[in-house]
Amino acid sequence: TIYFLSKTLAKPNVKNIVLVDGVRTPFLLSGTSYSDLMPHDLGRGALQGLLNRTGVPKEIVDHIIYGIVIQEVKTSNVAREAALGAGFSDKTPAHTVTMACISSNQAMTSAVGLIAAGQCDVVVAGGVEFMSDVPIRHSRKMRKTMLSLNKAKTLGQRLSLLGSIRMGHLMPELPAVAEFSTAESMGHSADRLAAAFGVTRVEQDEYALRSHRLAKKAQDEGLLSDIISFQVPGKNIISADNGIRPTSMEQMGKLKPAFVKPHGTVTAANSSFLTDGASAVLIMSEEKALALGYKPKAYLRDFVYVSQDPKDQLLLGPTYATPKVLEKSGLTMEDIDVFEFHEAFAGQIVANLKAMDSDWFAQNCMGRKSKVGVPPMEKFNTWGGSLSLGHPFAATGCRLVTTVAHRLQKEGGQYGVVAACAAGGQVFLPKYTYAQLARADTEYSRGATVQVFLVHSFGLFSVHVLCMKMTMCKSVQKHF
Amino acid sequence: MSSSLLARTYANYEIKDGVAVIRINDPNSKVNTLSKPLQAEMTEILEEIWGNSAVKGAVLISSKPGSFIAGADLNMIQACKSAEEVTTLSQEGQKMFDKIEKSPIPIVAAINGSCLGGGLEFAIACQYRLATKSKKTVLGTPEVMLGLLPGAGGTQRLPKMLGIPAAFDMMLTGRNIRPDKAKKMGLVHQLVDPLGPGLKSPEEATIQYLETVAIEAAKNLANKKLSVKKEKGLVQKLQDMVMGLPFVRKQIYNMVTKKVMGQTKGLYPAPLKIIECVQTGIEKGTTAGSLAESVNFGNLAMTSESLALRGLYHGQVACKKNNFGSPARDVKNLAVLGAGLMGAGIAQVTVDKSVRTILKDTTVEGLTRGQQQVYKGLNDKTKKKAITSFQRDTTMSFLTGQLDYRGFDQADMVIEAVFEDLNVKHKVIKEVEAVIPPHCIFATNTSALPIKEIAAASKRPEKVIGMHYFSPVDKMQLLEIITTDKTSKDTTASAVAVGLKQGKIIIVVGDGPGFYTTRCLAAMLAEAVRVLQEGVGPKKLDALTKGLGFPVGGAALADEVGIDVAAHVAEDLGKALGSRFGGGNVEVLKTMVQKGYKGRKSGKGCYVYEKKSKDKKVNPGVEEILKNHKSCTDVQYRLLSRFVNESVLCLQEGILPDPVQGDIGAVFGLGFPPCLGGPFRFVDSFGADKLVQKMHRYEEVYGNQFSPCQLLLDHAKDSNKRFHK
Repeated sequence: TIYFLSKTLAKPNVKNIVLVDGVRTPFLLSGTSYSDLMPHDLGRGALQGLLNRTGVPKEIVDHIIYGIVIQEVKTSNVAREAALGAGFSDKTPAHTVTMACISSNQAMTSAVGLIAAGQCDVVVAGGVEFMSDVPIRHSRKMRKTMLSLNKAKTLGQRLSLLGSIRMGHLMPELPAVAEFSTAESMGHSADRLAAAFGVTRVEQDEYALRSHRLAKKAQDEGLLSDIISFQVPGKNIISADNGIRPTSMEQMGKLKPAFVKPHGTVTAANSSFLTDGASAVLIMSEEKALALGYKPKAYLRDFVYVSQDPKDQLLLGPTYATPKVLEKSGLTMEDIDVFEFHEAFAGQIVANLKAMDSDWFAQNCMGRKSKVGVPPMEKFNTWGGSLSLGHPFAATGCRLVTTVAHRLQKEGGQYGVVAACAAGGQVFLPKYTYAQLARADTEYSRGATVQVFLVHSFGLFSVHVLCMKMTMCKSVQKHF
Repeated sequence: MSSSLLARTYANYEIKDGVAVIRINDPNSKVNTLSKPLQAEMTEILEEIWGNSAVKGAVLISSKPGSFIAGADLNMIQACKSAEEVTTLSQEGQKMFDKIEKSPIPIVAAINGSCLGGGLEFAIACQYRLATKSKKTVLGTPEVMLGLLPGAGGTQRLPKMLGIPAAFDMMLTGRNIRPDKAKKMGLVHQLVDPLGPGLKSPEEATIQYLETVAIEAAKNLANKKLSVKKEKGLVQKLQDMVMGLPFVRKQIYNMVTKKVMGQTKGLYPAPLKIIECVQTGIEKGTTAGSLAESVNFGNLAMTSESLALRGLYHGQVACKKNNFGSPARDVKNLAVLGAGLMGAGIAQVTVDKSVRTILKDTTVEGLTRGQQQVYKGLNDKTKKKAITSFQRDTTMSFLTGQLDYRGFDQADMVIEAVFEDLNVKHKVIKEVEAVIPPHCIFATNTSALPIKEIAAASKRPEKVIGMHYFSPVDKMQLLEIITTDKTSKDTTASAVAVGLKQGKIIIVVGDGPGFYTTRCLAAMLAEAVRVLQEGVGPKKLDALTKGLGFPVGGAALADEVGIDVAAHVAEDLGKALGSRFGGGNVEVLKTMVQKGYKGRKSGKGCYVYEKKSKDKKVNPGVEEILKNHKSCTDVQYRLLSRFVNESVLCLQEGILPDPVQGDIGAVFGLGFPPCLGGPFRFVDSFGADKLVQKMHRYEEVYGNQFSPCQLLLDHAKDSNKRFHK
């Protein structure tokens, strides 16, 4: 077993990349204590928390990548706004990524890519979602009138444009409630998925209850140590999630189906809820981390993204991606000590577990000879999940990765797997299904052998890109 | 808790949790039909269930993924010798469904796939209806399209269930109703989503899901947790109140009758009988209504119209099969030459089935117009909510518009739709053959040029075939495929496969001037021109042809086809086939073309076409031309007999393989009156001897254009000879 434990997944000619630490704000039901903030406020909180907890010198951060799904138009590059507000150096470039519910997974894997490519050594990644306020727009007709109004030269033209406004112009446009490609809401899709795998209402309620109970236990035992307190400006300090509500099967059983009526099985109680929250992680090359004297929490080894049919397989990503990443690293299900899967809906999790346990599905839908195999439940989301802790779309990925690292440390495991489908909560829906997997393995028995690296603070390339951006802005302005 | 009893052939049941799940599955067919043995087994099952006190409810479901019950078994009606026999059939159905309606336990119809005709009548007799939102799920009463009426209680139950106007609309149009609409109308109570793959195939999973939901509904109905009675909305209440007034109802009957007469010209008896049955049921009670229903059903089944329409139905089914086997290669990349009306239409129906299609033209203007036509066709579907904007865009992505031959080296089939000129076609075939791979098929979309003449320029005539589409391609169902004696069987198989994929009804005919359809049409149009020359105006001519049952009048049809095309074809066929194609003077058409009266496309033909004006005005210029070409009743039979004689001659000459394809081609491609069932059905029902007599009379007056062909004479001599059994 000694040999086994020292089995390393390091790849020749690729830098070892490590998770130094990760934090998150408390996740709150939207419309509660965070309701008067803006997205970048929460992002700032997470980033500041990361600075405080790790003590990383601001000047050595090469790049900041942040994810978000529902964008506030005033802060479209929310990464930059949050970073500046959090006190990061204004010389550190920051960009925002979006990939539905796995936006911060995308932020992290982009960071891994930058480090692996030798572009950076120290990258901060994270994500924020703020559902207490969403952009509700004027109707297209009204917007067109208003834009024409800008160009109108005479009073007469302006008046005639104003006169063309009708009642219909005043109808606001809400963010899409349905998948753009299929016009189907996520909850509806989850309900159909549950039915396709014969997942019963009771199974879903039981799973949701498990999530809440385990989250409560983890909260009570102080295991959710990735949480940093957040001071709502001018108000109180928030230091715990507020969506964890272990009730009873009876109470959950009383709820009516939320999407498919009257015979559906997905309810408000067995779905993840609309959440406000932000998360952040510090990722470095191993050499760099060690040079700085850190004891990293985990290696980030490998990842896979997959896409499927957005209609019938929207939420099945984890089933497809898990075996892929395992095979890529030469591991099997049995090697994994910790599983953290994103819980969009209880029905979706149970459906994925059934899919992984099905030879029919493996043979007919995945082109495999036999089933993937099911993760043992005692290793699966044992500190709660999105159903109970909450699911701020773009912040969930970092929570999953940090949780894996913490669980591996706490439970003494070696390998962990994170999987998430790009499933929205109940209302706002992403475009495709991507499942993302970041593998973390801890083999941190090595001492902190210090090597000193030269700090390449800004590559010429980054500066160049920023300059280009400036000129572009100018030329765009001229154009107008 | 499950017990399966005596195994039966067409239907079986098991009891699940106090609910009897009756599964229908006809072992001999892809679809379930309401046949005698099924009805017998069903009656047995129902008696058993009703006799079993442990059964609290029942679910009626089909084990076939695409079909609940697709209708009554037509052969059952065909086998009847008299109206009385058919009436008895109808009454048996009525009795069975009455029993179901009065069932002491709730019966839930769980509908997935086609639920049509007798199947729908079965479902509406049940206490509760569930339907899946599957694409294959359609509900409807298509009996009227077969010249029949819903004969198992449909005319009595539907008006009560949906209200008189909606019921009339449904039964008189026979249109398919999609699940969402059915729910809105009140035809079904609850909808169930189709599922994707899970632990079983999507089809199996969906049926099982439907069954589970239906069992739940049956249990809830039995223990009164679920009520069938729905609170009526204000609009519904108001409508009911208005319908309560006998005066209003009378107005409706009159209005509907008038509309039906306007549309059918009184040529179709079934719609009128449907109105009669509904009226009797509402005004005189269900007993009288049901009697009227069964008697009228029996009578209608014996009419020549119903026989003709049923013949067309069978023919259409036969022409949706590939009788040439499966082709060696699937056509995955198709190229269309010429982005005109035809070319773009062909491209549209091809990309619609997710086949990568190149649309090539020679000018940017032509190409842009063609691509816009495809987009418009798809966008109109989006506007009607038949597809989403996303599906439209995905479908459009299969289309590549270009001016050069890039990518033709990957093409499996090229369909040319360039200008109808032999030299142009020869040039094109040579250009194309230089760039396509050896296996690629070259299909030519011509309406009259003989394929072997086009193929003469080819290095590989076995790969050349004619594919004659009808305009507008996305609306017209027919595709006429023309083979030469050199065309290989695999080429034909491939062309038929492509046509079927495009959703076409296909006839495969032999090569010759005008093939089949153009030849028949040309004969009739030649007569139409003569009729015009005789002083019958275009409006009168159109009224006469429409009076026969043609959907478009003779003059209007010439305008649609294009006067230049008609002149071209008339001249060519006249040369090739001789004086038989005489009658009208080709000079009439030629003069019209010279003056720019080319039909609808040029804004003027027999009529003047103005945008936004629905009422066409006769083109005064044409009246002038006709005066200068001056040359009775019986006009209708003159037109018809020339059409029919030419069809029969095509069969005699072997251009047509059989009468069925002849009838289908004439009706679906040329609008031959459906109530007559096609030229061959017409000869059978009208009598070849009577037709020949008429023709001889015309022959004396007009000449050899009316000489009956030998095959027609043979049929006239021997009344036992019939084209259809």
